[in-house]
Amino acid sequence: MNPVIKIILQRLALGLLTLFIVSIVIFAAVNMLPGDFAEAILGQGATPEAVAAIRRDLGLDQDPVTRYLQWLAGALQGDLGNSFAQANFASFVGDDSGVRTTVAQQIAPRFANTMFLAGVTAAIAVPFAVTLGVLAALYRNSVFDKVANISTLTSISSPEFFLAYVLILFLAVLNPLLPSLSNIYADMGFAERLQKTLLPALTLTLVVTAHMMRMTRAAIINLLASPYIEMARLKGIKPMRVIVHHALPNALAPIINVIALNLAYLITGVVVVEVVFVYPGIGQLFVDSVKIRDIPVVQACCLIFAAAYILLNLTADILSILSNPRLRHPK
Amino acid sequence: MSDFLVEMRDVRIEGRSDETWMPIINGVDLTLKKGEVLGLIGESGAGKSTLGLAAMGFCRDGVRISGGSVMFDGIDLLAASAEQKRQLLGKRIAYVAQSAAASFNPAHKLIDQHTEAPVQHSVSGKADSAADGIELYRKLRLPNPEEIGFRYPHQVSGGQLQRAMTAMAMACRPDLIIFDEPTTALDVTTQIEVLASIRQIVEEFDTAAIYITHDLAVVAQMADRIKVLLKGDEVEEAETRTMLSAPTQDYTKSLWAVRAFERPEKPPVATDATPVISVQGVTAAYGTVDVLKNVSFDIHAGRTVAVVGESGSGKSTTARCITGLLPPRLGIIELDGEPLPLDYRKRSKEQLRQVQMIYQMADTALNPRKSIGEIIGRPVEFYMGLRGAAKRKRVAELMDQIELPADQYIDRLPSELSGGQKQRIGIARALAAEPKFIICDEVTSALDQLVAEGILKLLARLQDELGLSYMFITHDLATVRAIADEVVVMKDGLVVEQGPKRDMFKPPHHAYTDLLLSSVPEMDPDWLTNLLKERGVDNIGDAAVDKMS
Repeated sequence: MNPVIKIILQRLALGLLTLFIVSIVIFAAVNMLPGDFAEAILGQGATPEAVAAIRRDLGLDQDPVTRYLQWLAGALQGDLGNSFAQANFASFVGDDSGVRTTVAQQIAPRFANTMFLAGVTAAIAVPFAVTLGVLAALYRNSVFDKVANISTLTSISSPEFFLAYVLILFLAVLNPLLPSLSNIYADMGFAERLQKTLLPALTLTLVVTAHMMRMTRAAIINLLASPYIEMARLKGIKPMRVIVHHALPNALAPIINVIALNLAYLITGVVVVEVVFVYPGIGQLFVDSVKIRDIPVVQACCLIFAAAYILLNLTADILSILSNPRLRHPK
Repeated sequence: MSDFLVEMRDVRIEGRSDETWMPIINGVDLTLKKGEVLGLIGESGAGKSTLGLAAMGFCRDGVRISGGSVMFDGIDLLAASAEQKRQLLGKRIAYVAQSAAASFNPAHKLIDQHTEAPVQHSVSGKADSAADGIELYRKLRLPNPEEIGFRYPHQVSGGQLQRAMTAMAMACRPDLIIFDEPTTALDVTTQIEVLASIRQIVEEFDTAAIYITHDLAVVAQMADRIKVLLKGDEVEEAETRTMLSAPTQDYTKSLWAVRAFERPEKPPVATDATPVISVQGVTAAYGTVDVLKNVSFDIHAGRTVAVVGESGSGKSTTARCITGLLPPRLGIIELDGEPLPLDYRKRSKEQLRQVQMIYQMADTALNPRKSIGEIIGRPVEFYMGLRGAAKRKRVAELMDQIELPADQYIDRLPSELSGGQKQRIGIARALAAEPKFIICDEVTSALDQLVAEGILKLLARLQDELGLSYMFITHDLATVRAIADEVVVMKDGLVVEQGPKRDMFKPPHHAYTDLLLSSVPEMDPDWLTNLLKERGVDNIGDAAVDKMS
């Protein structure tokens, strides 16, 4: 078998195994949250009978292993269960209409929004950071390099909400170019959606650029002492081409990995920015669900986050492998 | 206008070390006429490569030309702007590096790297230049010239890469090529092909060249004139034949004399003696591929067995089998007539102690964070159980044996030692276990000839004093001649010939031994020409042979 395909299959299997282990960790961790949905929704004055009734209704009275296996079996079939919060508690008073909102229905639009924001951010941030890194490597130790380093470090060191408010101040308040609220709807056109997403995307760009830019710069500079870079210079190749054509292709593996980590962050860690811009992403849904102990939604969100991390890292691994000609073209 | 293509006058070069500039080249003159080949020789650290690069107006990072002048075809390279120099490099001045494997970009195909300079310098189009590249590959006798350019560097062997790099240097038909130790990393049999190729193409295109090497026999084949450097100073310069027959300086004479070292022959081993190490029918594999096939030989007490062969012949794998790092698939390894467990993890401390190893790269075999005392002290403590003052005393004794004064060196770090001194520390570390048997894996091949000779003499003396047995892995037949009692010749994982040294250097040979022996360059400047004639003119370019004879 082609060694690349073999490695990819191995990594895929490992990824699935990781996801399985993570599902156990998620389930255990969520179960360790103090209080449960029944207590959270009924408040302090709830009678033990009412709490028990809701628990029975939702299956919370079964032992954790059974519940885990049920959840896993459902998840494997694509059924992430029903949201507690959206459930019709009519059954509790003896009138079960059978109408329930599934977790998938609740998460799907939010997840799409998150992916849209992450996609817009990545489309801006990745080319920007890599270009900046290449230029910083080319003009290393120059004023440009120092300014690029300091400004990206400053932006990564500032709290996200602060960056968000600064951008709002300059791009929405003082110069009303972009809307400061990113309340997007399902039936919104692409252009309008893009316009509303731009400000949070720019904020996130400021947050993720530093890592990618600095890794690009470091990975390239690391190679500049290689004999083949010296050879390229001794062939009279222009400095820019030496960096882009000779160093960059050999520096891709670490750069790809840092990009993947940052993309994973864009999917899983952007709650603060969503809150500032009132962007209806999955992060807000997640926080709200934890607050009211809507366990199926929390678990599903966690699983999606874990899958995003694993998938992106897997992709990064595979791309790193493909960037190595020794593996692409075996002897 | 001067009639020199390159004219360097009183060139001074400095290198930065710890915030101060230390001299590397102290005012050397170098001139080269069009079409002439100058050999630049000296030990490592003599400044050969630095001077060669300076002839291109190029300095590595942390190096600067602090004085003198470098003129190339009337252009002052020291006054030229970076852009002016860039337009000369690759186009009119080309460079061939020591390790083609490291100097080709692993991410691009050979032909794309070949055409890069002509295209970037607007000398010719990509298609024309690629066609010319294939033509050059053919001239340089590369196999499948039509196809080889479309491979990546890792898919091509070292000797072929070195020829492809020579072709790449020729891509713009430069006036000057700097060859920086282009065959040092190659096996002798491969070296011949590369040397013949380089000589042929340099003559065919009447290219001037500076040929940098530490190997006198090689430079004798290549150069019209030879310049000897020592620690940044010129020792002497003369026409090749004059230099070889009548060197005037003591240093040059000592370089010439190195190859004369040969230890006296020992009496034959008693037929009933038990060998210290006996390798019997060993077959070993990496993965599913057998890399050693039925290898058998004995090593007797106080004897040196040299294992010779090209890279990939299985020499080092044999060592890994004996040490137990790679348990063989089949076969037996005996120590003093007792079978050794094949896996080193199953061997007793006593068995481990008896088999020690000295490595090729002393640089990487010594922990850079440990002092010399700690490095040698570790086996003293581990195997002999000595601690404190007793340990320190034993370390001092060992350092005495390797001729490094303990009071000066015991607290130094490896980075504060020269290459030869580091290799001596490697020897002391092996001796610390008081073994019967030491495997020396290419221990002199990274060292200069004078230093290497010192190491060989030390190993010979230690053998006489301590009755050690050596397995000496090498690809250098001069080393074999100097130190071996018996020789094992390996090729493709098989032993093709073995026997006492004097039989080895006398015909008749196995065809492969013959090839190896005849490929070792000799000091005679006509050696290569005669050899190529002997092997048949069709093996290399006719022009080269015609012109040289």
